[in-house]
Amino acid sequence: MVYRARYITQGIAKVFIWIAALSTIGVMILILFQVLAEGIPALHLRFFLDSPKNMGREGGILPTIIGTFALTAVAVLFATPLGVGTAIFLREYTRESRISRMIRFGTDCLAGVPSIIFGLFGFVFFVIYLNMGWSILSGGLTLAAMILPTIISTAEEAIKGIPPSYREVSYSLGGTKWQTVTHTILPSALPGIFTGILLSVGRSIGETAAVILTAGSSLMMPTSLFSPIRTMSVHFYILAREGISIKMAYGTGAALILLVLFVNTVANWLLNRYIRHRA
Amino acid sequence: MPLEYKMVIKDFSFYYQSFQALRNIDLKISTKGIFAIFGPARSGKTTLLKSLNRLTDLIFGTKHTGNIFLDGADIYNPQLSPTQLRRRIGMVFDLPTPLPMSIFDNMAYGPKLGGTTQKRRLSEIIEKGLRSAVLWDEVKDRLHTSALRLSGGQQQRLCIARILALEPEVLLLDNPCSGLDPISTASIEETLRQLKNEYTIILVPNSIQQASRVAD
Amino acid sequence: METKEKIIEKILLLVALSSITVLALITFFIFEQGLPLIWKIGPKAFILGQKWIPSKGLFGIFPMIFSSFLVTFGALSLGIPLGLACTIFLCEWSPTSVGTILRPAIQLLAAIPSVIYGFWGLVVLVPLVRNYMGGPGLSILSGSVILGFMILPTIISISEDSMKALPPTYKAGALALGATHWQTIWRVLIPAAKSGIVASIILGMGRAIGETMAMIMILGNAVKMPTSFLDSARTLTTNIGIEMGYASGDHRQALFATGVVLFIIIMLLNSLAIFLSRRRTG
Repeated sequence: MVYRARYITQGIAKVFIWIAALSTIGVMILILFQVLAEGIPALHLRFFLDSPKNMGREGGILPTIIGTFALTAVAVLFATPLGVGTAIFLREYTRESRISRMIRFGTDCLAGVPSIIFGLFGFVFFVIYLNMGWSILSGGLTLAAMILPTIISTAEEAIKGIPPSYREVSYSLGGTKWQTVTHTILPSALPGIFTGILLSVGRSIGETAAVILTAGSSLMMPTSLFSPIRTMSVHFYILAREGISIKMAYGTGAALILLVLFVNTVANWLLNRYIRHRA
Repeated sequence: MPLEYKMVIKDFSFYYQSFQALRNIDLKISTKGIFAIFGPARSGKTTLLKSLNRLTDLIFGTKHTGNIFLDGADIYNPQLSPTQLRRRIGMVFDLPTPLPMSIFDNMAYGPKLGGTTQKRRLSEIIEKGLRSAVLWDEVKDRLHTSALRLSGGQQQRLCIARILALEPEVLLLDNPCSGLDPISTASIEETLRQLKNEYTIILVPNSIQQASRVAD
Repeated sequence: METKEKIIEKILLLVALSSITVLALITFFIFEQGLPLIWKIGPKAFILGQKWIPSKGLFGIFPMIFSSFLVTFGALSLGIPLGLACTIFLCEWSPTSVGTILRPAIQLLAAIPSVIYGFWGLVVLVPLVRNYMGGPGLSILSGSVILGFMILPTIISISEDSMKALPPTYKAGALALGATHWQTIWRVLIPAAKSGIVASIILGMGRAIGETMAMIMILGNAVKMPTSFLDSARTLTTNIGIEMGYASGDHRQALFATGVVLFIIIMLLNSLAIFLSRRRTG
């Protein structure tokens, strides 16, 4: 009797688990399908090359594309040296000590801060205090702070994976610590670091809350780093929430998803290739 | 110190944290020739070798007492740079460790870090080093292919050649033929025999037979 | 040459302090902007007050705190069972055809921007709730469902790491003692991976409480205490996100003050999660 009951429980559990797995896949397909199906028809060449007209009801989304790229570029430009430098310091210049524990704790905490808080911070620090105004620079620097923890941890993983013998060889050939880092460690860690950068880029593209509070929402073409700008995700949000144009919203959404998917797919492909390569 | 001794180790003890790995070592090593060091496993031979070119500096929490002299000068003198020291005393490890680059870049690594950047000078140094390690004829046509494609014996000879490119005075070899097949081992031993007239070599051999074949 | 090395080491130390510096700056500025208002009104009035009427100078955020926790609770009710189920699926049935689709599907779910989730919720889920369950559709229920799926990847990836790190002898031993597959999973493996799973849930909670854009689009904008899951509501995050665009003076400071409360809650949660996961790997 008891014997039977065990297998009934197992059967029920298995069914539940299968349903869960399938519904997860199902929902993902639903979400992607919904936006892409309605949105892709709107994606013709002019969509990407024109500026918005009539508050976004017609025309294209060119300034927002530029905005997304500009903000992401600034973020990566600032976060990469800081992040990789931190990883190098943690792995090559110290061992487990109070400083390294503090740094790791700070990095983990930073990773958990919600984007709206970054937005508030960016607003009061970059826009107001440093007087940069709503601009590509303010938005980009705020994004840099957001992606810093990701870059630090992926860079650290990449450096950790380098065989200690490489270091020994470099030192025994008369290399200084910094030479060893630049000539042996960094070149070998490059694929991993690059993957981390790509993952951060994927995240930056979709980021909205922090950007809206720091880069503004201007639809005009930017003229300098200090110009305010609307990114694709912000444009999408405004179109959808203000109900301006469902058709354009779908189009922007589809472009956004395709971009994010592309970047993430490349990043994951690189990640798998890199891990397989090492193993 | 009489200059017929290239290196003198005097009353040297070495500690990993509180574990004493070497106790009061006294050795005198003559200039030129092969000096073999024996011992049971884990008796500190690698530690001793690594102390000679201060690779042990890289491990945290180590201490030593006593002195090691090279040409009469104490190598642990704080005013002397360990990087310069390591160019004068080169080391080959027990596993072949080519860097993940081409043969050419492996050879050029040391000299480039030392400041030699002229292409012609580099090529000269590289050819000389590879010839001394008896590897030149085998690789001269594929200098720009990856060093990882070489056989084990060739890789190990590349490691030797790499150090020779720096024109060192002393070579340290820690079990250089472990894991190599007899043919590669023979070629390395032959290389050592040719080198011992030019360099001071300190060798931890793989076997007593190897020592009797090459050492003085 | 040696001095150059020393300089580089000092520079790298400064660089490495950047993450702590940024964290410190964030903490400082958020508190600097928000604390004065909390002091002015009184912490009790701010946190426990139930009326938020900026034009009259009334800033009570209790409905927002309550709604934040309600939505998070709802999200976890969906996310934990679904997450555990998918984790188990990935660990035990991975090589099947469904299994090979599941992992990329989860990675994709993680990559989708929150505004897309919000949009989908708005055009698909909200009308469904409105038509079949009543209420405005823009509700805590809709928000919980969407949020549940958003935190799914977080829970799954960390729980999966936890389970994969278990020694294979646990499973082998249990099966050898005659336990069924399911019994092994439920009574041996999951309890063994407990601290990792709990850490993943806490991190998921942190993500849920911090989510802004999707919630703005789905929860509606009601500034009062919700009485049912079908009510519209505001969370701490949407409070800031909706009004920051046009707030000034005391109003703006009140939004920063909301940020202070949010920040403290999240820091507590995340520190707990970090502490738990360090204990696991330490």
